[in-house]
Amino acid sequence: MTESRGNWQWLYRLGSPRWFYDISGRWLPWLSALTFFLLMTGLVWGLAFAPPDARQGNSFRIIYLHVPASFLALAGYYIMAVAGAAGLVWRVKMAFIIMKSAAPIGAVMTLIALFTGAIWGKPTWGAFWVWDARVTSMLILLFLYIGVLALQRAFHNGDVGYKASAILALVGTVNIPIIYKSVDWWYTLHQPATLKLTSAPSMHIDMLQPLLVMIGGFYVFYVLVLCLFARAEIVCQERSTVWVRRRLEGTP
Amino acid sequence: MGDIVQASVRVPNGFFAHAKHDLLLARRHLGDTLAPALFFVMACTLVPLGLSPDAQRLSEIASGILWIMILLATLLSVEKIFMLDYEDGSLEQLLIAPQMISIPILGKIFAHWLVIGLPLTLLSPLLGVMLSLPTVAFLPMILSLALGSAYLSLIGAVGAALTVSLGRGGLLLPLLVIPFYMPIVIFGTATVNAAVAGQFWLAPLAIIGAMLCGAMALCPLAVSATLRAMSNA
Repeated sequence: MTESRGNWQWLYRLGSPRWFYDISGRWLPWLSALTFFLLMTGLVWGLAFAPPDARQGNSFRIIYLHVPASFLALAGYYIMAVAGAAGLVWRVKMAFIIMKSAAPIGAVMTLIALFTGAIWGKPTWGAFWVWDARVTSMLILLFLYIGVLALQRAFHNGDVGYKASAILALVGTVNIPIIYKSVDWWYTLHQPATLKLTSAPSMHIDMLQPLLVMIGGFYVFYVLVLCLFARAEIVCQERSTVWVRRRLEGTP
Repeated sequence: MGDIVQASVRVPNGFFAHAKHDLLLARRHLGDTLAPALFFVMACTLVPLGLSPDAQRLSEIASGILWIMILLATLLSVEKIFMLDYEDGSLEQLLIAPQMISIPILGKIFAHWLVIGLPLTLLSPLLGVMLSLPTVAFLPMILSLALGSAYLSLIGAVGAALTVSLGRGGLLLPLLVIPFYMPIVIFGTATVNAAVAGQFWLAPLAIIGAMLCGAMALCPLAVSATLRAMSNA
């Protein structure tokens, strides 16, 4: 049996919440250690040792949080949508659990990106909020996340809620490029006079290296939190099964 | 024999049958049908009261006001697209029918546009006059609203399908749908503003047309996938 569909065996196993719970339990210590190491290295390097920016001084250092969070805000939406599509097509329960877990993490990443952007905007642009194209797109992305979260919560029947929010996430995936392009167009149409800092010269290598470490650290952190959320969801859904009770009581 | 042939030709279509059915329902529930238009007129009246009756200031923002108010008026009505059919069980009948249900769904959305989008579009010149919209902008505004309101109905139908089994989706539906309405507001107001500024306004209108074509192809599929997912549970 393993010979005939050996290549796909891992996929079917990954679809089982119990298998995922056990394997991710083994990953957790490594993921936590790697997250801690990368984030600490990136933060100390970026905040203490990277040179200050010629024009913005030390206030530029918030990019070490802002840029990785923005990366994951958008990547997180696609992770959520792809997981939802996998759930709809192959009816894998685990894919829906990943989709549900990805939604709040992505929403918080978007919020972090907006919040750190506002803090950076005050000394640099002179205002906490500016209707800049990228800021506005991020705000709309937050609205898309809120829609998915609200829809998930509205259904009492878990399976229907999963399917509904997966479809909404897919509709969002089709629309994200349209929204981004339209907001870009809208922004260039209005042509505000200020905000020339976006065209600043590309980054010096001494500033870029800690940023890359932070981006890597955020990705590992994302995977770690996704695993934790998914494990909590699995335990919640399968709480009446024998294996969950055994795991929680600590007996093998 | 002739009847059977005729029936088998007509069944796969279903576009006009469902559009006619929904138009009849709209006539029977005349209060619900007229409410969005009345809302549109009243909400537009709030703007001069809240901002300023100054014709110069109003003419600058008239395009945005009309677009936003049409969007809100459509949102009010969009949850009704599937609600009555869901409540009396005819949606279930549609789902177990053998044919592709995208075409009947497109018919229902077309009926919604005829009942909501088209009357609002026809009302918009009246409100344009009241909001001192420059006369050059009337034709682009009517065209952009006619195409854009069809897009609003199509996207709104996806939201309505997602929330139909929740009963009174109420506040949830706008939360789902408004982010997807943002591009069309940008291009709709851009069409009108380009005409006011004396620029070439067919370009943003063409983008609205392209978005409408894309939505016409994809939204019925999303709606039918949603309705099937809801009914299988």
